[in-house]
Amino acid sequence: MLEKNMKFVEEVFKEYYFNNFELIHVPPRTSEREFGYQKFSAGMTRHLLIKNDKELHLLLMTQIPSDVYCSNAYYSFPNLSMSEKNWKEADLIFDIDAKDLMLDCRKKHTCFKCNSCQNISVQQVTCSKCGSDKFETLSVTCQNCILESKKEVKKLVEVLTEDLGIKKEEIQIYFSGNEGFHIYVTNTEYQNLDSRERADLADYIMFNGIIPETLGMSKQNNSKLSLPDKEERGWRGRFAKEIFGSKSKRPKIIQEILSCGYSLFQARLEEMKHTIGVRIDPKVTMDVHRIFRLGGSINSKSGLTKVLCRDLESFDPFSDACLLDDEKVEILANCPLSFELKNKKYGPYANETISIPKYAAVYMICKGLANITG
Amino acid sequence: MLQLGIKDLAKYPFLAETGEYLRDKGFNLDQLGHPDWKPIVEKAYGRIVVATTGQIYGSDLGKLENLDSEILSFIIAIILLKSAGIPTLIRRFSLAEARRAEKYLEQDLRSKDDERKLDFPLKIIQDLFSVKVTIQGNDFVIKVADYLRRAVHFHEREWKLVNRKVENGLVFLTSHETVRLIRKELAAYINSKIQSTNTLSVPETFRERVADLVTLAKKFSDTFTVSTEYPPCIKHAIEVLDRGENLPHSGRFMLATYLLAKGQTIDQIAPLFKNAPDYNERVTRYQIEHIAGTSGQRTKYSCPSCDKLKSENLCFEIPECNGIINPVQFGKKRVTNA
Repeated sequence: MLEKNMKFVEEVFKEYYFNNFELIHVPPRTSEREFGYQKFSAGMTRHLLIKNDKELHLLLMTQIPSDVYCSNAYYSFPNLSMSEKNWKEADLIFDIDAKDLMLDCRKKHTCFKCNSCQNISVQQVTCSKCGSDKFETLSVTCQNCILESKKEVKKLVEVLTEDLGIKKEEIQIYFSGNEGFHIYVTNTEYQNLDSRERADLADYIMFNGIIPETLGMSKQNNSKLSLPDKEERGWRGRFAKEIFGSKSKRPKIIQEILSCGYSLFQARLEEMKHTIGVRIDPKVTMDVHRIFRLGGSINSKSGLTKVLCRDLESFDPFSDACLLDDEKVEILANCPLSFELKNKKYGPYANETISIPKYAAVYMICKGLANITG
Repeated sequence: MLQLGIKDLAKYPFLAETGEYLRDKGFNLDQLGHPDWKPIVEKAYGRIVVATTGQIYGSDLGKLENLDSEILSFIIAIILLKSAGIPTLIRRFSLAEARRAEKYLEQDLRSKDDERKLDFPLKIIQDLFSVKVTIQGNDFVIKVADYLRRAVHFHEREWKLVNRKVENGLVFLTSHETVRLIRKELAAYINSKIQSTNTLSVPETFRERVADLVTLAKKFSDTFTVSTEYPPCIKHAIEVLDRGENLPHSGRFMLATYLLAKGQTIDQIAPLFKNAPDYNERVTRYQIEHIAGTSGQRTKYSCPSCDKLKSENLCFEIPECNGIINPVQFGKKRVTNA
């Protein structure tokens, strides 16, 4: 980020934190958690112990971090090095990111910035200005991205509650502050699971690694194919609902599966990971030492806040998480994409100087699509 | 405390109640050293030999007089093993005895009509391993977290949670699967029993068989041949980098840990990453040094398991992988003297 952009965004973040202390709190069991932060101009500082809101607010005011993180794990000594922390347990965490959903809408709101000359174009070809072929991918988020991410969150909550026996009140859903959602599960029997065990749990949630035999198909002797019923619970039931549709179609579909054989059935299951499986990022779930963005803090990739979603259905991140003020700011915008914030459409801007509300200016600067003027 | 009969102890001689039973019957180590007990020492030795071949020792629990010899031969076997002090033999014996007990546990679990019989194996599982198994219809059910802690050590795909019936936080299992799930812990429990056995005054009559065990163990010194071919996951990672495409962090970690495990130096490994879109020589060297444990916290990282790589979509299994559980085992063939 350019020095002048950095100074501007830092000032905005400081003002936000100063005016919104009531939104940013330390999580429960604070002194057992590791905190960390990043500054615009420096790398990650972690292994910090923060005991209360006051200490956290002091850090925000003195360091003005670009991003603030807190562990989902609990340690005896969170401020010591990783090998000396003495890991006790960790909340289950899930990350659902619109970027991972391979949505058709993405190409409409993605552009490319040339690594050499910073030229921005909507197509990833050789840079028309300098001929370089190395690009950084930049994107904004649209309502469809959020809608599809919400669908994944709902699928996840269904698996967590129905299959894994987790109570709804133990699940907290946060908007990540950029392109998706962070889901926390606390106080359950899953707290003690290690990384490997969490990896298998993640595979379960993603419908990853299922073998045809689990669904009643075997390599030999399929004359008595016993595919699941829609009434069954868990993955067998979800699979049946997905594949059979109405009852009358069942015999026909079974016949079709039989004639295709084992390998094709296996390939079909692989594809179903993307439809019925929940598309979480498994690396996040299996990491038991992660420091995860702190609720209430601003995401420096967008200037939006990571906020708790009390009602997922009605939650609109472009309004509910857009908490910076609307004082007018002048920027030079080179943004071939359009986006929406606080129910107002912005862009596209073809390298033009514009005066727009601070929240939209920060959004574009954080996305690498504008520079502050002056 | 479980209320056990002598037959139960013959099936599960590793239980704490065995010691009590022997004391009540008036058996002690000095007595077992008498030449009259030689057949039991031979039976104990035989029990170990069978275990070392990977088979399960067959017990005849039909007659009452056999039951005492079943119990005693187990006790003498653990004394012989502790005296010989060879971890490989202890491990093999523990595993074989765990599998023997597993057979009985399964039989006991199947006898659902006899409540006392059923209560007993469930209580063994709960008391020894803190796993609560309950019954729902024809199935045995355990909590998902308890299941995961054990099942992740199995490499067959059917043990993955996604291949299980899961409802309301519970996993549904057959009797066979239930006992299979605790085999490793059962073996570890038997192993710990052997380790804690006091062998200060081992009878003279045991010495000969202890020496035989030391000789027997020499057969298990394995040698390996190792091919120099890279496993498919590593080949794939190298190809991705060669093409100048982005290899995810987890893929880079796998490649570095694998090559370090194979004895390559940081100087040999670092250039492999030079085609990466975000290549920075200083950062690359720093990260490999960190992984190798030569800088930072001095933790040396191991190559991730095949299971983990599968979860991360970095596994490209081929038949030659032949059931390995970590890429570093690829191409390793055992040449055994046994």
